[in-house]
Amino acid sequence: MNHLSLIIKREYLTKVKNKSFIIMTFLSPLIMVGLISLVAYLSQLNNDTVRTISVLDESGLFLDQFEDNDNLKFQVLTDVSLDDAKLTAENGEVYGLLFIPKTNKIDDLSKSITFYSEDSPSLTVMSGIERRLESKANSLKLKEEGLDSELIRNLRLDIDTQLESFKGEETSKMGSVLKLIFGGLAGYLLFMFIIIYGNMIMRSVIEEKTSRIIEVIISSVKPMKLLLGKIIGTSLAGVSQFLVWVILLSVLSSVVFLIFGIDPAAMQAEQMNNAVEATGGNMDGMVTEVMAEFSKLPILNLIIMFLFFFIGGYLLYASLYAAIGAAVDSETDTQQFMLPILLPLILAVYVGFFTVIEDPHGTVSQVFSFIPFTSPVVMLMRIPFGVPIWQQILSVVILFATFMGTVWFASKIYRVGILMYGKKPTYKELIKWLKY
Amino acid sequence: MDNLLVAKNVSKSFGDFKALNDVSIEVPKGSIFGLLGPNGAGKTTLIRIINQITAPDTGSVYLDGEPLKPHHIQNIGYLPEERGLYKSMKVGEQLLYLAQLKGLSRPEAKKRLAIWFERLEIGDWWNKKIQELSKGMAQKIQFVVTVLHEPKLLIFDEPFSGFDPINANLIKDEILKLRDDGATVIFSTHRMESVEEMCDHIALIHQSNKILDGPLIDIKRQYKSNRFEVGFVTDQKETAAAALAEKFAITPANFRTINEELKFKVQLPSDASPNDLLSYLTNLGQVTHFVEMIPSASEIFIETVKNN
Repeated sequence: MNHLSLIIKREYLTKVKNKSFIIMTFLSPLIMVGLISLVAYLSQLNNDTVRTISVLDESGLFLDQFEDNDNLKFQVLTDVSLDDAKLTAENGEVYGLLFIPKTNKIDDLSKSITFYSEDSPSLTVMSGIERRLESKANSLKLKEEGLDSELIRNLRLDIDTQLESFKGEETSKMGSVLKLIFGGLAGYLLFMFIIIYGNMIMRSVIEEKTSRIIEVIISSVKPMKLLLGKIIGTSLAGVSQFLVWVILLSVLSSVVFLIFGIDPAAMQAEQMNNAVEATGGNMDGMVTEVMAEFSKLPILNLIIMFLFFFIGGYLLYASLYAAIGAAVDSETDTQQFMLPILLPLILAVYVGFFTVIEDPHGTVSQVFSFIPFTSPVVMLMRIPFGVPIWQQILSVVILFATFMGTVWFASKIYRVGILMYGKKPTYKELIKWLKY
Repeated sequence: MDNLLVAKNVSKSFGDFKALNDVSIEVPKGSIFGLLGPNGAGKTTLIRIINQITAPDTGSVYLDGEPLKPHHIQNIGYLPEERGLYKSMKVGEQLLYLAQLKGLSRPEAKKRLAIWFERLEIGDWWNKKIQELSKGMAQKIQFVVTVLHEPKLLIFDEPFSGFDPINANLIKDEILKLRDDGATVIFSTHRMESVEEMCDHIALIHQSNKILDGPLIDIKRQYKSNRFEVGFVTDQKETAAAALAEKFAITPANFRTINEELKFKVQLPSDASPNDLLSYLTNLGQVTHFVEMIPSASEIFIETVKNN
């Protein structure tokens, strides 16, 4: 067996057999599902409370607005003075008292309605009540001015630009959003992977130094192979853990949802409905539009390139962590390096969201889609807008070449780091180190 | 003579610090070669160059006549002064891993390990983790790591540190046995008594320069100063002492005997032979003690280092 596969095997097995690794692998999904179900349970609990509100409407304009719903019950009071009503409300089992004074001008109402309650009322309740009052007040106001509210609604015109490329392909804003989501998702996944497993790679590179086996190892294998093996072995362990997480999470959450009787699909549908209602569209239309846009994406190209860029991007950042591990003697010296490593990735996501969407083939987008530290995110966001295949391949090649370059560089630091007895290297020496 | 390892005019600097200055050594096949020198002299740097951990600035190293190449690491076993193993790995797995890195196949490594485990009486450690072992126990494992791939050249940097006398002896015997089986050993240490016992050749490095090398016996011959320790029994102690002092340079000596002797260290002039002294002594009394003072490795070490 050659050295590289031996090292990969050892790194993988040591990581996977490590007790804390095993515990984290199985505990994390449990904790996550536990937390999510707790939050779900609590918010459900909250939603289930029914609040009763007394209403004293002296103006008599809003009486038809107080229909009970699941969370709010209204108790309309008549023929009582405000003081009496307050007294009853305070002693009774009600959440609060809504007082609408008698008035001749609708305008006066905007500031004169009062809500009395024991404690500060919840924002949801208040905005619910205000919404009821506002819509009624608005139509009353329109009527007062002699305008027909129905007519005005019919007169409003929405503009929805239809997008079409010169080649005749129809696109839409929905498509742009979808493309954004795709690139964003890739960036997010990359981010998460690097944050979770970058440290692990660094620690594994330091391992030989802390256990002082370094001279034995270095007199048996080349540092480049050692580092490469460590990066790949640790990454494979990370991927294994991630897969276990995904499987466990989906199994656990479906079990939990079954037990608690929460139907995620229904919840989603409800949310979608709300969203659709808010935008004034219709649900079925949107679904078909999404599907249509989705099928227009270069799916195969995207999936293949996603794999290349994700693996390449991950390896590149992993090799940066390895380089840090190679340069320091102990883990405590590494803290300061963490953030600078992540900055280019953050930059990539920003460029992706702001520049690529503005101008997918502009200079900035093009440049950033070739810079290896940002290309995994930016290029993936550009691909849905159509990028020539040679550009994609060139970018991937640059990415992997940079990865190998970083590992090579790290291995030089690593080899020389052993021989430096706590002496700070000068730049001249640094350059000399690179020669052997 | 047939040399296994030859280093020619090796120099190495770290920044402004010159760690090795034009050092050449020749290690004969089948010998135990002592690489001596005070702390910081450059021994470890030379060893690292031989192990290709670092490259010399100038000069070259040959193993078995060939310029040193990466594949030669399979022919070298190195026990660094700074000991260490993967702490959370099990002994057996770790040995198999390190042996495979040195080019052994897994079954072959297993076979050889069984033999070594028996030889060093560590048979039941296979499934223990290194962190569960004592320091001395871990050292034994490290020794096995060094020799398992049966290299032509073995390099031990302070091999006995951390061993109790019993185990140190065990390791010493193993090293001698390996030499007898045909291995060549380079051996860096401060413990002069083990140099005296084991080394055939030595090289002394001081402040980055090699200041002495050759077969230990030759060096001792070179460093002997024609001094003799003598003891004789006589009734006229004062006259005898005066007579001896007249002819030779003497200083009082102290060594254990069973009689009431006069004891002296005598410096012979370079043109005199030991027989001149002996025949002169026989006139003065009954000679019971007559020994040539051979410098110990330790004395040579201290003297040479001081003189440079």
